[in-house]
Amino acid sequence: MPQPHDVLFRALADPTRRAIFERLCRDGDQTVAALTARAEVSQPAISKHLAVLKQAGLVRDRHEGRQTHYSARPGALAPLVDWTSQMAGFWQSRFDDLEDLLKRMDQ
Amino acid sequence: MNEMRTETRSVVVEREIPHPPEKIWRALTQPHLIAEWLMKNDFEPAVGHRFNLRGDWGGVLDCEVLAIEPNNMLSYTWNFTHEDAAYELKSVVTFTLTPTSTGTLLRMEQVGFRPDQKQAHGGAKAGWQGFLANLEQVLARID
Repeated sequence: MPQPHDVLFRALADPTRRAIFERLCRDGDQTVAALTARAEVSQPAISKHLAVLKQAGLVRDRHEGRQTHYSARPGALAPLVDWTSQMAGFWQSRFDDLEDLLKRMDQ
Repeated sequence: MNEMRTETRSVVVEREIPHPPEKIWRALTQPHLIAEWLMKNDFEPAVGHRFNLRGDWGGVLDCEVLAIEPNNMLSYTWNFTHEDAAYELKSVVTFTLTPTSTGTLLRMEQVGFRPDQKQAHGGAKAGWQGFLANLEQVLARID
């Protein structure tokens, strides 16, 4: 699979990060404090998760005074919802298995 | 209902394989071999034969054989029905085998027809949530 998918999958594989991202999609802009208040993990943990989401391009931060606001960038998911790139990855891995099978088959 | 805005897109994957077309043809058309590299199935090499491909993730594809030219070309429909139209897929998969000096050039072309692309890409909040709910399935599918 292409690398951009790996980064996205890794970022979204964690349920806490997924919950943060979903909340930002649903409720819009949030501060770290607001996100922490509704979560069951500490603020440093939330900040760490946000950093991973940011690296994957899924969230954007904006500094306002002493607060940092985060917002979702759902467009970062485009490579995943685009079925052509999904299917290309699917067929590449199927062809890998096909080649393995052909090696095992007799002429 | 008559708002049938359809968009066609295709995926092409090609690979040089160091085996003769006849051998690859067997892997493409014998159910027990298809199961080893693609999915469990009840394929039969007959035009008009309807069959299912069953993925490990629980998804079932509805297929119908459209064309067969032994050792050369195989085409079938590849349709996925989902209660959410954004995940529906109607497509046709065509395998073409071309002999080369070292084996075969295997080409897979999948042409997809998807109703109202807007639904999938509109970024509607409900859509994203649905997508996230399906992420695990996607992960299982693409490894």
